[in-house]
Amino acid sequence: MTLPGLRSSSDASEVEHGPSLIDLQQMKVIPRRHVWRWIGVAVVLLLVAILVHGFITNPRYQWDVVGNYLFSTAVLSGLVRTLELTAIAMTIAIALGVVLALMRLSRSGVLRLVSGVFIWLFRGTPLLVQLLFWNFISALYPTFSLGIPFFGPDFVSVDANRVIPTFVAAILGLALYESAYMAEIVRAGILSVDRGQFEAAQSLGMRRSLLMRKIVLPQAMRMIIPPTGNETIGMLKFSSLVSVIGLPELLNSVQLIYARTFETIPMLIVATIWYLVVTTVLTIGQFFIERHFGRGTQRQSPGSPVAQFLRKAFTFHAAARPGGGS
Amino acid sequence: MNNAIVSARGVRKSFGSVEVLKGIDLDLFEGQVMCLLGPSGSGKSTFLRCINHLESVTEGVLTVHGQLVGYRNRRGRLYESSEAEICRDREDIGMVFQHFNLFPHMTVLENLTVGPVAVRGRSRKASVARATELLDQVGLADKLKAYPRQLSGGQQQRVAIARALAMEPRLMLFDEPTSALDPELVGDVLAVMKNLAADGMTMLVVTHEMGFAREVADSVVFMDGGVVVESGPPAQVLGAPAHERTRAFLSAVL
Repeated sequence: MTLPGLRSSSDASEVEHGPSLIDLQQMKVIPRRHVWRWIGVAVVLLLVAILVHGFITNPRYQWDVVGNYLFSTAVLSGLVRTLELTAIAMTIAIALGVVLALMRLSRSGVLRLVSGVFIWLFRGTPLLVQLLFWNFISALYPTFSLGIPFFGPDFVSVDANRVIPTFVAAILGLALYESAYMAEIVRAGILSVDRGQFEAAQSLGMRRSLLMRKIVLPQAMRMIIPPTGNETIGMLKFSSLVSVIGLPELLNSVQLIYARTFETIPMLIVATIWYLVVTTVLTIGQFFIERHFGRGTQRQSPGSPVAQFLRKAFTFHAAARPGGGS
Repeated sequence: MNNAIVSARGVRKSFGSVEVLKGIDLDLFEGQVMCLLGPSGSGKSTFLRCINHLESVTEGVLTVHGQLVGYRNRRGRLYESSEAEICRDREDIGMVFQHFNLFPHMTVLENLTVGPVAVRGRSRKASVARATELLDQVGLADKLKAYPRQLSGGQQQRVAIARALAMEPRLMLFDEPTSALDPELVGDVLAVMKNLAADGMTMLVVTHEMGFAREVADSVVFMDGGVVVESGPPAQVLGAPAHERTRAFLSAVL
């Protein structure tokens, strides 16, 4: 941009007042130097280098043992068991959480109260205690019967230990505990949907069930998914607690091995590596689910996770593009 | 009962101890366009929302298409309507909101077809064809695949009108359809509404657009404080208001 008016008036005094606007526009711009930032980077890199050097050179990590056991049958079957627990418990927890949330938002006071008490109970006690409870449920109810409640005859009656083996106890413990949290997450998601959406759907003649399924829940998903991703990753790690009731999931499997071989640290590293691998896969999955339910809210796609990561990791001049934000 | 599309007799509505409607009487006949005018808080939007049972009437008789709103008369007793009955009544009543309320997670086309397909049970193919036709009528044939967020306010409101029309309603309710729009976008929306009126649609419009009321409405109802102050043809109510309150309101908005 040139400003001819300004330039002509400043022509005469150019010698005393330095360069004209035109000259200023042609000069090279030197970016500001961020000295402290570079010092910070150097310090962090040094610390990382020390840590990595330790990982590699400290023989007590026993990386060869880690390598030997990483893909061993016992560890892999433990991993599969962990994944099963996480997937099944989380699926039940989400389904139950939606039901509990809808009850909590119901117009019936009884349904609201029941849901509230359920959440209070299962959120208010430690998961470990609940797992132990389910494991010893047969002490409380030795048999389960199907019949008419209170006075009628029983049609079927089975031994509690047979219907609730350890795996079912673990699933029950994890799923019920988690459903209390999912209920609150789903409820927050539903409440975040604008009132006008309910009214627009109603005025099209939609019944409540259809309105929830087609209009409200898909929009609530945008709010529900990020915390649910957290909960799923949390569930993956919480599932290690079921090792206390003797279910051979990932942690329990490596414990069984190091109890025999005393290679405690390398076996724990094996478990750690697998937990991190699964968490990473879940995080990537979450990105794609979020993008699916975020449709209609953004004008452009945020790009693949890899592209996003690279952009974030290597953006040194965050404010370099004016108007690029939001 | 008379043969009015909407008929109100002594309709009252309270929210807790606050009475918003204090006995509304009016009739809207087939093919008529009626504009509800009045200051904010006069109860005109509440009355509109009673017609499709978004609000329930506290007292009085309100019928739509000859059917009592919210109740069914069986063997001399009034039974509260089931959800299914309320929904069936709403299918025949289109509603357009001040803030559009398009479904943001659906494309324009999906917004227009979700009602006919999921509620009316029409085939997807027929619904898409009808939706395309309607979008063409409101001048947005090229926005089929756009999401609501990508449209201007005026475009969104025209999509919202098309969405309501896709249900093939017999009555259209407009709740301040242009109040949230930039002034230069109001004209497009009013033009669509004028075409609709010319096609013979029965319309009840809450609005502050005096020009629209004068030009398009068959009757104008001025409300204040939960009652109908005066009503009649636009030339009479807007041109020569009988009541002091109407005159004061008109001189303030014109």
